[in-house]
Amino acid sequence: MAQAKPAPHPAQRPLSPHIQIYRPLVNMVMSILHRITGGALYFGTLLLAWWLVAAATSPDYFNWVNGLLVTPLGRLVMIGYTWALMQHMLGGIRHFIWDTGRGFNLDTVDKLSWGTMVGSLLLTGGIWFAVLKGGF
Amino acid sequence: MSARLHPTDSPTKARIRTPLSRARGLGSAKEGTGHFWWQRVTAAANLILVIYLTWQVVRLAGAPHDVVKAALKSLLVSVPLLLLILSGAYHMRLGMQSIIEDYVHGEICKLVLLMLNTFFAILVGLTCVLAVLKISFGA
Repeated sequence: MAQAKPAPHPAQRPLSPHIQIYRPLVNMVMSILHRITGGALYFGTLLLAWWLVAAATSPDYFNWVNGLLVTPLGRLVMIGYTWALMQHMLGGIRHFIWDTGRGFNLDTVDKLSWGTMVGSLLLTGGIWFAVLKGGF
Repeated sequence: MSARLHPTDSPTKARIRTPLSRARGLGSAKEGTGHFWWQRVTAAANLILVIYLTWQVVRLAGAPHDVVKAALKSLLVSVPLLLLILSGAYHMRLGMQSIIEDYVHGEICKLVLLMLNTFFAILVGLTCVLAVLKISFGA
């Protein structure tokens, strides 16, 4: 039997088509969002660390950091952070349901996926309503 | 086990693994389903802690420094917060490990990124823990 030799230019071999050839299905988009929000939350922990260090440093520094958070850009980042957290949290619950072997009917999969999206937006809205209204 | 030395088997028949190794079923990485399992354990912990601490943060939104510090001194906030920092740091390290292993195929590059991932999780986790403890112990 002939032994397969490694190709001289492995990078030039044709690649399988990837996500660009598929119509965006709702569960596929939720899967991608789960990973993207996970990555965003990963780097977002730097914000939490910064805020905690500011609280542990001095009132002046803490006020300066809080002042940055209420600028339009700061608000945008914090609202995005909230949504990423809620999206990833609900996506995690969806995965917990799937981990038990339930919810794999295609219509259930789509309902869970839409539920993740709608739920994360509602929770984000609710949290920010409470924040801007002055806590509860 | 016999002390007899065995002839080398063909790859398809090789039985190099000991019976104990096969009974443990952990494979060559020696951790079996550990990655999957700890991702779930930390996810469950994060779920409970995030719900509770989101409520606490909303209550504190816009509060002045002394109020925030008083809240962080309270064990009802600091203990769950410390738990979330530890559980979250471990969870995000596992998650980023999966991302790196999925998308980075150069062996050296992958190993370096996996190490940086561990360093990042420990750095962020330890910084948060020390900031909370500093406030708890009276800063």
